[in-house]
Amino acid sequence: MRLNPKIRLIPFTFFLLPLLVLGSILMSCGQNSAEEANIIRIGEFGSLTGPTATFGQSTAKGVDMALEKINQSGGVLGKQLKLFREDDQGKPEESITAVTKLINKDRVVAVLGQVASSNTIAAAPVAQQNRIPLVTPASTNPKVTEIGDYIFRICFIDPFQGAVMAKFAYNSLGLRKIAILRDVKSDYSMGLANFFTQNFEALGGTIVANESYSAGDKDFGAQLTTIRAVKPEGVFVPGYYTEVGLIARQANTLGLNAVLLGGDGWDSAKLWEIGGTALNGSYYSNHYSAEDPNPIIQAFVEEFRAKYKEEPDAMSALGYDAAMILADAIGRAGNTGADNIKAALATTREYQGITGNISLDEHRNALKSAVVLEFNDGVARYKETVNP
Amino acid sequence: METELSNTLPQVPSSAPIRKRRRPWASQRWLWIMGALGGLLLLQEAVHWVFLDGPFLQGPYYYQILILAGINIILAVSLNLINGITGQFSIGHAGFFAVGAYTSAYVTYYFGATLRGLFGFLPAVVQDSALLIIALTVAAAASAVAGLLVGIPTLRLRGDYLAIATLGFGEIIRVLILNIDAVGGARGFSGITRLSTFFWVALMVVVSITTVRHLVSSSYGRAFAAIRENEIAAQAMGINVTRSKVLAFVISSAFAGMAGCLFAHFTMYLHTNSFTFLRSFEIIIMISLGGLGSTAGAVLGAVILTILPEVFRGFAEYRMVIYSLALILIMIYRPQGLLGGTTLKKKKPVVTGTK
Amino acid sequence: METFLQQIVNGLSLGSIYALVALGYTMVYGILRLINFAHGDVYMLGAFTGYYISLRVHGFLGNAFLEATVVMLGAMIVCGLIGMAIERFAYRPVRRAPRLTMLIIAIGVSLFLENGSQLLFGADPKFFPQIIEERRMLFWGVTITNQQVIVLGVALALMVLLNLFIHYTRTGTAMRAVSFNLDAAKLMGINTNAIIALTFGIGSSLAAAAGILVSLNLPGIDPLMGIMTGLKAFVAAVLGGIGNITGALLGGLILGMAEVMVAGYGSSTYRDAIAFLILIVILLFKPEGILGKGQVEKV
Repeated sequence: MRLNPKIRLIPFTFFLLPLLVLGSILMSCGQNSAEEANIIRIGEFGSLTGPTATFGQSTAKGVDMALEKINQSGGVLGKQLKLFREDDQGKPEESITAVTKLINKDRVVAVLGQVASSNTIAAAPVAQQNRIPLVTPASTNPKVTEIGDYIFRICFIDPFQGAVMAKFAYNSLGLRKIAILRDVKSDYSMGLANFFTQNFEALGGTIVANESYSAGDKDFGAQLTTIRAVKPEGVFVPGYYTEVGLIARQANTLGLNAVLLGGDGWDSAKLWEIGGTALNGSYYSNHYSAEDPNPIIQAFVEEFRAKYKEEPDAMSALGYDAAMILADAIGRAGNTGADNIKAALATTREYQGITGNISLDEHRNALKSAVVLEFNDGVARYKETVNP
Repeated sequence: METELSNTLPQVPSSAPIRKRRRPWASQRWLWIMGALGGLLLLQEAVHWVFLDGPFLQGPYYYQILILAGINIILAVSLNLINGITGQFSIGHAGFFAVGAYTSAYVTYYFGATLRGLFGFLPAVVQDSALLIIALTVAAAASAVAGLLVGIPTLRLRGDYLAIATLGFGEIIRVLILNIDAVGGARGFSGITRLSTFFWVALMVVVSITTVRHLVSSSYGRAFAAIRENEIAAQAMGINVTRSKVLAFVISSAFAGMAGCLFAHFTMYLHTNSFTFLRSFEIIIMISLGGLGSTAGAVLGAVILTILPEVFRGFAEYRMVIYSLALILIMIYRPQGLLGGTTLKKKKPVVTGTK
Repeated sequence: METFLQQIVNGLSLGSIYALVALGYTMVYGILRLINFAHGDVYMLGAFTGYYISLRVHGFLGNAFLEATVVMLGAMIVCGLIGMAIERFAYRPVRRAPRLTMLIIAIGVSLFLENGSQLLFGADPKFFPQIIEERRMLFWGVTITNQQVIVLGVALALMVLLNLFIHYTRTGTAMRAVSFNLDAAKLMGINTNAIIALTFGIGSSLAAAAGILVSLNLPGIDPLMGIMTGLKAFVAAVLGGIGNITGALLGGLILGMAEVMVAGYGSSTYRDAIAFLILIVILLFKPEGILGKGQVEKV
């Protein structure tokens, strides 16, 4: 007599819901079979919005430029490459949704993406489980490619990047006491901080403070005050540009007189906009420099400038390389079977990319050189190249 | 029934009355249950065939939506028990969802291989299921304990103080998880195996709905409703108010934990960002849309709010705006929700003046 | 010692931000008994309105003080109107419904403002121009900036002004009457709708002022910046005694201090937990807050 919603429930869960889903499947089926034969579907996920937005946007520009070039010269295997792009807002949990959608709904044959290691680490298992190759242009944390044999990367890894900056700080700048301020939300930042510490201490330097923050924080006064108290000569901030800019500004306000050092997470035009002059005289490691006189690089920079009216940053160059290498692999695979693409990717050797000579090792990582840049008045000046 | 209720008080929720007389099919209950399980298994095969092995290009995508809808139903139905039926406004559901997700993932990640070894003689599918049952149990237990720990102190509070306290606890749970390195800390927990299948999700949906429904029509349920209608009157009637509230809270948390377990073993990755109070808001929106206090409404709300964003994926940015506008409009023009009032038909209008 | 003093300055600086937002929170709660979840988002809107106004004004007026005043007043007016609109269209229709209905609507309004702003302004963080140039002062090794002083000063001044307004003007008296008993106030001939709308207007313009002052100090603004700040400001209001204006300031300062100490001497990852821990402890042991008066739930 009291409550009887059961009658309404059963049809809902077991009848109406499947019906609804089935209905939408039928609607979405059979729309694009004609076009299907002439295209190869490629997926890309990135942070087009959010606190690391320039990473995703820059990568997208590089990828677009590469695909345009490939398609204009006849495509791959006689087919055009069609790109499906998803925004993950820089959130790892959204990366999973994005890659799942690319693989399950858009049926891509391979996925390009993410710059931030945490996002790639989150999404890579989806690709691995669905046996779809994933090529990350710029995720440097070693864990990324350990996820499985379908995960590839075309950039160097953090143990190398950490060593580069440690050597640079110790030998070139003569620093002995360094404080670290890392982002606990980022695998990249945590990993790079550790590799830097190992290398710097092995050289004979000391880490005098080890502080942390969480991406999204705006006030770093407490941590910087603690760091100021131990009087370091340098502060290593392996974070992403949004926070790095604010940190630089607040460090300056607090009168913290130390050289700021960082990694490729600094690579964004926004960094200057946020941090301003507080960043003058700081150094970071990167994948390439647009100032490099190498003709391959200069040709790319020229072309990029003509297309987008701006300088290509490292993420654009890596995005370009990643798309080119993927297209090259599909071509060598001879068809779009995921396993064939995977096998072809694994045998990428001596590919002349914008960001260097790319060969993938047995762990599906690239062995490449890094550059150190000095930041002054909004311009990152080429300082030196470090080979592995 | 009402007189019986007041007679058995002060210790109402000591034993639920067994009403055999009104269940003519009770003797065949096992037959029903076995039949239902068989039916579910068949449905599972059908769903797998259609979505995963079938000819549909985008099958797996729809399969995912189906599973997430199921998980949301469990969350909504369980939150409805505390928010709708007992009338205690909690905004901490995501916290218990997280506890279940993380503890069960911890168990399968670190002890999965050992546990599998124990029943290694079984076929792989059965191993998966056994592992998932263990994970579900752990998740439910852990979340129930968390619910108890949070519920005992906070449920003394009323109205928005309770709301804000549960919100606070939900966030504290999240920050604590953020600081546990064994589950990835702030960077997220990856490498969880996929164990959740349509069968298990559907089964837990059925279990949660039936549990809540049976609870509602039991003496406990009437105590819950009495507390919702007027706490002071309920107390005067001899209902142990705190105990009933805590009971509702613990059961609700346990189901949220199970939903968390299914979620963790479906997405294979956990990040504390998925468990902020915004997630709790989302579940609240589901039950308010469906109608606070109505189980059917909670199911409907969960289904709609899982499918709708997918339908709107094309213009994703607008979807949350539409969401929130719809929520405001519904609460203004139909505060009882879409299906509200169907279960609350007998309810007299509550006289609550603004003070 | 120097470090400890600096941490106290950092704490006061952060705390005065919470205090500013908490002032508006506490006013609205005092009058409607409503946790206005949207308050934090109005604070965000204030920052964005200020941002867009200063893009037009910055450098044109020549005088930093004048510019700051224009930006501040503009944003306060815009947000005051937005606050009144929210009250008129979202809260007034359900004023007599159960309080939880209103709470859900508040959540809805908050989500609407957040997502609407993401649509309108984009989800990327923006950088607030330095309309008041930062100046550093050094006292015994402790750095204090003019902006920190301004934020704390404005918070203190507003607190005093609000207290005077509420206790010594006719409108303020009417506000207090409405907060005691809406129906009785109405019977006394008070235009309760106007008073409630005015409260929302004042509260929202306070939030806007807070948004701009904060953005001067910590220049990164994004559409979701109001969520955590709003929540913590509410904690501050509860801590100080909700409905109590001096309490809001005190609560804000204590909360800011606690957070900075946790981040400076403990781990920064626990800083979000400390606010909620304080909240729960306060709710359980002294729900009326430090300065609040006890209240018996009416039947």
